[in-house]
Amino acid sequence: MALSPEEVRRIASLARLRLSPEEETRLAGELSAILDYVRQLEELDVSGVEPMTHALASVETPFREDRVTPGLPADEALANAPARAGTCFQVPRIIE
Amino acid sequence: MSAPALLDRSITDLAGALSRREVSSEEVTRAALARIEATDERLHAFLRVVPERAIASARGSDARRARGEVRSPLDGIPIGLKDIFLTKGVETTCGSRILAGFVPPFDATVVERLETSGAVVMGKLNMDEFAMGSSNENSAFGPCRNPWDLERTPGGSSGGSAASVAARQVFGALGTDTGGSIRQPASLCGVVGLKPTYGRVSRYGVVAFASSLDQVGPIARTVTDAAAMLGVIAGHDPRDQTSSLLPVPDYRAGIEEGARGLRIGVPREWLQGGSEAGVERRVREALAAYEAMGATLVDVELPHSRYGVAAYYLVAPAEASSNLARYDGVRFGLRAPARSLADMYGETRDQGFGAEPKRRIMLGTYALSAGYYDAYYLRAQKVRTLVRRDFDRAFERCDLVAGPVSPTVAFRLGEKVDDPLQMYLADVFTISCNLAALPGLSVPAGLHPESRLPVGLQLVGRPFDEATLLRAARALEREMGPSPAPEAIG
Repeated sequence: MALSPEEVRRIASLARLRLSPEEETRLAGELSAILDYVRQLEELDVSGVEPMTHALASVETPFREDRVTPGLPADEALANAPARAGTCFQVPRIIE
Repeated sequence: MSAPALLDRSITDLAGALSRREVSSEEVTRAALARIEATDERLHAFLRVVPERAIASARGSDARRARGEVRSPLDGIPIGLKDIFLTKGVETTCGSRILAGFVPPFDATVVERLETSGAVVMGKLNMDEFAMGSSNENSAFGPCRNPWDLERTPGGSSGGSAASVAARQVFGALGTDTGGSIRQPASLCGVVGLKPTYGRVSRYGVVAFASSLDQVGPIARTVTDAAAMLGVIAGHDPRDQTSSLLPVPDYRAGIEEGARGLRIGVPREWLQGGSEAGVERRVREALAAYEAMGATLVDVELPHSRYGVAAYYLVAPAEASSNLARYDGVRFGLRAPARSLADMYGETRDQGFGAEPKRRIMLGTYALSAGYYDAYYLRAQKVRTLVRRDFDRAFERCDLVAGPVSPTVAFRLGEKVDDPLQMYLADVFTISCNLAALPGLSVPAGLHPESRLPVGLQLVGRPFDEATLLRAARALEREMGPSPAPEAIG
């Protein structure tokens, strides 16, 4: 199955990846090869098979007390921010 | 220089020497730091060494011991951490440029547990970017090398962890395993690696790759050392809802019981010539050794295991594409300068991610996108159920399953780097264990007859039955004698 360059661009935009034209060409080939490989799953009859939505469904889900506990102090949470304004993360303007 | 005898000891031996005051934790830690200094320019197992922090914890351990207080079998022992574990105050990159300079404000639960148990954290170990890879060549900071042959890969993604343990830089290390990332490098470096059952160890503070598959586990030079490490890190964590409430047994308790009476399943699909001859030979010899020790070999079938790689390369990238959405330049990590928010996302992610994360984000986004979800992700999740049923059926007739870890010994740097699919197939034997959420272990099974490179035997067990895997692995280790040390690193 061959992915077109347009399709690669569409997926890249969904994934918020900016790719160079060389990357687009290379990825179109690589992804097509991988998708060809995974097509072998079509050989299997999976009708009536439950998807594995949890790795160990038989094991009880742990619950914890609904109790207020301290969170990360704002300064520590913001310490890695590329840009901050007061107690906020700062980003380029969204609305022109 | 070759490693001093002190660094060649197991965790268990060293704990004895520490308690008899033959040596102090500070002396051991200084020897390990000197060893890293002498070897790591060539090996490149470490991304970051933390000498001051290590010496301070070693002194803390010595002071406690002088008062008669010993916290665990790891108290005072130098341990390394894959750079996927968040360490408060110590840069954590996960092998990616997008996290360069990121200094976490908290510790992963497993790091907290190690330090509470007295272990001496030596630093952060090299890995494939976001744990995506089987050769360490996807590290944004240059590959780690194999201490058995510096032109070869240590495997991946926990390659730095396995190489460092094998090269006697540290006594044990933590890794993570999503499709084989603990077992495969352990096999290629000739050490013991254990991927516990999904849910056995907390992932809080562990950079997420594929959340329905990721699990944390130990890499060590002996089976008993791996058991001791698992005992420290395992158990429920209220901060990880997927971590199990099941009690943690003493993994060292029954470890010397031997292989007599064990029923070992041999999946015919795993020994059908899918491995190079020297690997298959050592695996068959290990199986024969088990038989000689009084275990019974049982033929079993895992007919869906051949679909494992295909299912994995839909499930793991799909989950990765979601998990890696958080790297957007807003709250931490790299931010590319841009005039608009959309440009900032796109530029940051283009500059920050290497080729493999991009490939997987693209594949995962595609597999989850409108119109494709049922055909790809959902179908793959159903195939996981089939893979698991195969194992459940096998475990009706056996106590554990055995086979190869990796189809080859350590391959050369650059050998598979241009062919992603060939690289993915390096995980062909390890992946089904993750898909089925089962525990798996790699134990040294001797050296390849020609290349003299390590071969590992894989053991896969019932959910939460790590104890049987450790017991079986210990029986083989005892039979084979101590694994040799790699010589290439000196």
